[in-house]
Amino acid sequence: MIDTKTYGEFKTSWCPGCGNHDVLVAVKEALAGQGILPHQFVMVSGIGQAAKIVHYLKCNGFNGLHGRALSPAQAVKLVNPEMTVLVESGDGCTYGEGGNHFLAAIRRNVNITLIVHDNQIYGLTKGQSSPTTMTGHVTKNNPLGVFDQPFNPVAVAVAMRAGFVARTFSGFHEHAVQTIVQAMRHPGFALVDMHSPCISFNKVNTFAWYKARCKEVSHDPGDWASAMTVAATFGEEIPIGVLFREERPSKDAQLPQCADGALYRKTVDMEAVKRRMFAHA
Amino acid sequence: MVKIHVAESPRSWETKEIFVHEELHLIMGGEAGQGLDTVSGLLVKAVVRSGRHLLGAQHVMSRVRGGHNNFRLRIGSRPVQGPPDTFHLLAAMSQESVDLHKDKLKDPGIILVDAAWELPAGPGMVPIPFAELASRPVFRNVALLGVIGAMLGLEASLFEEQLKEEFSAKGDKIVSSNLDVLASSMKWAAENAPSLPLPKADDAIKMLSMDGNQAIVLGALAAGVRFCGYYPMSPATSIAEGLVHAAVEMGVVVEQAEDEIAAANMALGASYAGARSIVPTSGGGFALMTEAVSLAGVSETPVVFAVIQRPGPATGLATRTEQADLDLVLYAGHGEFPRAILAPATLEDCFYLTHKAFDLAEKSQGPVFVLSDQYLASAARSVAPFDLDGLAPIATPDLGDTDPGNYRRYNWDGPISPRRIPGHGESLVLADSHEHNETGNIIEDGGIRVRMQDKRQAKMATLLAEVLPPEFSGDEDPDLLLVGWGSSCEVLREVTAKLRDDGTRAACLCFTQVWPLLPDTFMPRLEAAGTVVAVEGNSTAQFAGLLRKTTGFHIQDTVLRYDGRTLTAGFVMERLRPILEAL
Ligand SMILES: Cc1ncc(C[n+]2csc(CCOP(=O)(O)OP(=O)(O)O)c2C)c(N)n1
Ligand code: SF4
Repeated sequence: MIDTKTYGEFKTSWCPGCGNHDVLVAVKEALAGQGILPHQFVMVSGIGQAAKIVHYLKCNGFNGLHGRALSPAQAVKLVNPEMTVLVESGDGCTYGEGGNHFLAAIRRNVNITLIVHDNQIYGLTKGQSSPTTMTGHVTKNNPLGVFDQPFNPVAVAVAMRAGFVARTFSGFHEHAVQTIVQAMRHPGFALVDMHSPCISFNKVNTFAWYKARCKEVSHDPGDWASAMTVAATFGEEIPIGVLFREERPSKDAQLPQCADGALYRKTVDMEAVKRRMFAHA
Repeated sequence: MVKIHVAESPRSWETKEIFVHEELHLIMGGEAGQGLDTVSGLLVKAVVRSGRHLLGAQHVMSRVRGGHNNFRLRIGSRPVQGPPDTFHLLAAMSQESVDLHKDKLKDPGIILVDAAWELPAGPGMVPIPFAELASRPVFRNVALLGVIGAMLGLEASLFEEQLKEEFSAKGDKIVSSNLDVLASSMKWAAENAPSLPLPKADDAIKMLSMDGNQAIVLGALAAGVRFCGYYPMSPATSIAEGLVHAAVEMGVVVEQAEDEIAAANMALGASYAGARSIVPTSGGGFALMTEAVSLAGVSETPVVFAVIQRPGPATGLATRTEQADLDLVLYAGHGEFPRAILAPATLEDCFYLTHKAFDLAEKSQGPVFVLSDQYLASAARSVAPFDLDGLAPIATPDLGDTDPGNYRRYNWDGPISPRRIPGHGESLVLADSHEHNETGNIIEDGGIRVRMQDKRQAKMATLLAEVLPPEFSGDEDPDLLLVGWGSSCEVLREVTAKLRDDGTRAACLCFTQVWPLLPDTFMPRLEAAGTVVAVEGNSTAQFAGLLRKTTGFHIQDTVLRYDGRTLTAGFVMERLRPILEAL
């Protein structure tokens, strides 16, 4: 157990009361609980309010582009399997701009943990609808209410048999911490869809709204069909917890090129280059 | 000059004499799916193994079957430059090929056709009894190979080994059938076809044969590439494929990403984690990667992009060539940051410049581009082994971990700050797409922004210190100076030699680095010339435009090719005619 102060205390630019603060505390506790020191992990994010988290804790960080957090994160793990890799970003960043990368990351199954601050709205750009905004929700750019059906990330992930799929709520502190810990312990791609209210722009999905609806799921996470049912449930009731879990070898663990550690330590085998060159004779 | 008797009794065609200088030019044409690429590949290897210099250019259509493809070989006793315009031999695998190429035959020339076709016998026409030599159509390409091989006087063993390698996976029966077809075709040709002796072998050096992309792969491996992110797009795909084949042995992770955006962003993540990274792509794919170029710029992350041009816009001629993405690569990305663009002209350049690109990327901590094109990427050539022992070492990140508590990734001690690798020690490494302070943390302070931007721009000095000056060759103070870049350079050298042979005071200036430019290294040449002509594979003279923007020097005359075909000496000479007349 490490003191959470090890990860530093920073002034943030988040609104007071924003769910992001709770996610940050939960992440620090999850790291501390596992004894992971700042230099032992890399935190990767995209762009948005959630994505700024990289700057609010002491860590190795890669704060990249909108929608693109998963791409550099997977590459970090592929070339250095010794690192613990966490990805955090918003729902717009991850499921909107980064939708294709989200699907590909599930298929690729690199051993990283993705925590999505899912506030069902675009925070940083001040209140437009996001892929997870509910149908009918009136937002700044949807005065008639959102017509589109919301994207259900956990249902999609379960449908694709992602190795670890969980849903939690930043307002349930212990649940959030434990879910993150389990996700990080899963040896493969792990998704934590963390509902985390935007108090400034989402007046529908508030703390109270989530609190009233989020209920720990009681089912066998190894049962795919039942996981599909609980993952698809979202509305008056929101089942939270580990929805689905299935272990299969992660991609980084299967690559023989990284079997003896991080690639940056390898030197160039000029004899091998020479052999390859003369293979063109 | 070698004198060749094309026809002697008992052969049935007109007696002709073919005069071969030090070079022999062949063209093979036919439909996609007929196996001509296999013939061409086997022939290239056999000719190079026999000690001749060679260049093999391909013109293929964007289809898997049908259409019309051709492969052109230029073979010499000495190193050969650009692709040939006219041919001593046309090997036609389809009747269409005869019509398309017969006018490009030298006089005299030989056309190999199928005896089964009902063509009027013409001078130099050699009907091959394919129906007899190849029991099944799949063997026709090997029959053709046997006939051409025998005409060139190549040993059967030069093909046999290759056929065994090529078909061994398909079983002994296939191998032996192919060998039988080869033997009977060579025998038939020895008795019935004219001989077309190869130029004298050059025994000075044992040569290799490969194409430009394979040389890029070797250059990257020699530089210690550790990650390749790509999304398939010809003509760049073969770079990724080459790295895939080397991946396990050489310790390279090659990831086929879900799209170009992911490929480029992955490369940056890998590079951040200390793995030297390359991203092979073509113009259409690179267009999607431009956001990552900016990210490399602002986060000061080394990365090499190998952009293999083909005609656009929006992927115009998928399998053809062009040099029209200079502007795209030069300006790709939002915001301002330094970059270097290397443009290989030869196979050697593909190797050495790729190696150098990795070093420059690390030294300048930013994006460096190798800008090649379809022609250079896929043309097979003979090449002397690269000098692996003479390669300069590649710059490395800071693998120390001194005073980790005070480590500042973007410190202001100089334009190039110490780049540490996350997880290597206790130093924390923070890379950011936003403007940031010395530790990499996001800031909005205008003063810090200006300092940080100035620091990044100051890295230009690192790049300028290593600029490759253009290569000048020809007459001092020429009446005509040709200016080109990348793969057009070798054609310029050939044209310059021809012009000088014809008595014109000519010279050429060949750029293998197109950005940044050091005007001192070439302005005196431009100013001393009577007439300057820019020769480029695009329709707007992009490089001439860049020279003008950088130096104020306006090149008025241009020879531009943008029909998707390779620049050749013949094409340039033809277009130069009015300019020469006005000299
Ligand atoms: C390529 C690109 N497009 C658009 C933007 C503008 N942008 C910044 S954040 C954001 C949305 C953020 O929403 P979300 O990911 O849900 O995160 P939140 O701010 O709610 O935490 C957008 C569209 C950008 N920075 N880059
Ligand atoms: S705008 Fe919303 S998401 Fe952003 S900090 Fe404020 S409450 Fe949080």
